[in-house]
Amino acid sequence: MLKTRIIPCLDVKDGRVVKGVQFLELRDAGDPVEAAKAYDAAGADELCFLDITASHEDRGTLLDVVSRTAEACFMPLTVGGGIRTVADIRTLLLAGADKVSINTAAVNDPDFVARGAEKFGSQCIVVAIDAKRTSGPGEPAAWQIFTHGGRKATGLDAIDFARTVTARGAGELLVTSMDRDGMRSGYDIGLTRAIADAVTVPVIASGGVGSLDDLVAGVRDGGASAVLAASIFHFGQHTVSEAKAHMAAAGLSMRLDL
Amino acid sequence: MSAETVAIIDYGSGNLHSAAKAFERAAREAGLDATRIVLTDEAETVAKADRVVLPGVGAYADCRRGLDAVPGMVEAMTHAARARARPFLGICVGMQLLATRGLEYDTTPGLGWIPGDVGPIRPDDPALKVPHMGWNTLEVDRDHALLAEIPTGADGLHAYFVHSFALSPERPGDCVAHSDYGGAVTAMVARDNVAGTQFHPEKSQRLGLALLANFLRWRP
Repeated sequence: MLKTRIIPCLDVKDGRVVKGVQFLELRDAGDPVEAAKAYDAAGADELCFLDITASHEDRGTLLDVVSRTAEACFMPLTVGGGIRTVADIRTLLLAGADKVSINTAAVNDPDFVARGAEKFGSQCIVVAIDAKRTSGPGEPAAWQIFTHGGRKATGLDAIDFARTVTARGAGELLVTSMDRDGMRSGYDIGLTRAIADAVTVPVIASGGVGSLDDLVAGVRDGGASAVLAASIFHFGQHTVSEAKAHMAAAGLSMRLDL
Repeated sequence: MSAETVAIIDYGSGNLHSAAKAFERAAREAGLDATRIVLTDEAETVAKADRVVLPGVGAYADCRRGLDAVPGMVEAMTHAARARARPFLGICVGMQLLATRGLEYDTTPGLGWIPGDVGPIRPDDPALKVPHMGWNTLEVDRDHALLAEIPTGADGLHAYFVHSFALSPERPGDCVAHSDYGGAVTAMVARDNVAGTQFHPEKSQRLGLALLANFLRWRP
């Protein structure tokens, strides 16, 4: 039986983990490769690096991090942030990424998703959907796509956009609630569910995890195939194996190898 | 025994660096330190190799074109696997290429070593998503050296899959293991000295490294 995936996500800037990973005795808490190895050993099902390096010219350090991670961790790695061209995708895949997560470039031009999928296969094209709820209380639920870390509205309906990029060949959607991100109040279940019900590809729930019950809700109520979380793992609130045990106890199918 | 050379065929399909690293680690852990793992796009190297690995990610037709574009490569692979009967492992689309043909987009001829078609996965439960992406267990259909000592079945180890198409072997004996995803999905095939995994052993942590080590020791 296919298992629900837990995906720790590391924000990487100029080749360093932003805020660091604080729960383990790493020689260098800011080294993404050290953190990746620790999560590999802890039983994470996949890993995600989100590159928040400001300048496109400074991406060499990220490629080095990706390649060193791929040499040390025999698990799937997704890399997102600043991907604009087919050449960017190729460079990351050759460095050792298994999937790339595309955000702004897909919003600006959904055909970019198709070009990536045709060249490299749908299996490696993840589209990151950053959405905010735009409906008021009592209105039918609606969400809009935002870019630039939630600052820039696009006018695009999130559910329509999910259908559009899936039709163009996205193999997976990473759905982040910009309302919930960093709030530790749980995923936006309505958003996750609406998108999971609208597309045939797997959905990863993201944005807002504060407790292990939030992970359960993302799958059970949100219909997600995988859950992404950052701070509850990085700051030692919970380990990946605690999360898996909790989700398994709630009746979800988890991979408990180790 | 002299040191063996394992040729991983480089034909422009995705990242082969991590596959090579996984083989190197599996060789170390299996005590096969002298084994040489080479990534190569040279037909000559493949034709002479002791073991051959055909990886592959992406679309079937694209991979087939890429393979055909390397001068002499298909002939060299065929020489190693058929004339010299060297152990041969296809991974993901590299495994699908062992089939008679692929039905993704257009119909594309495969190598025909494991007769059968590669068609779309159609889970019988509409709630199941495609691609079949993530960690699944293996149900063994027949014993095979590549699965030796690997815990399988519902309580066994997991393998990492990511695919929307699957190989249906014409001869049931060619299917070594399947996974359950709204019906049986072929996970591993083998016939004589040729084997293939739909999942990615190089991404499958413990199960994967154990399988790669088994491949390096395999004497079909």
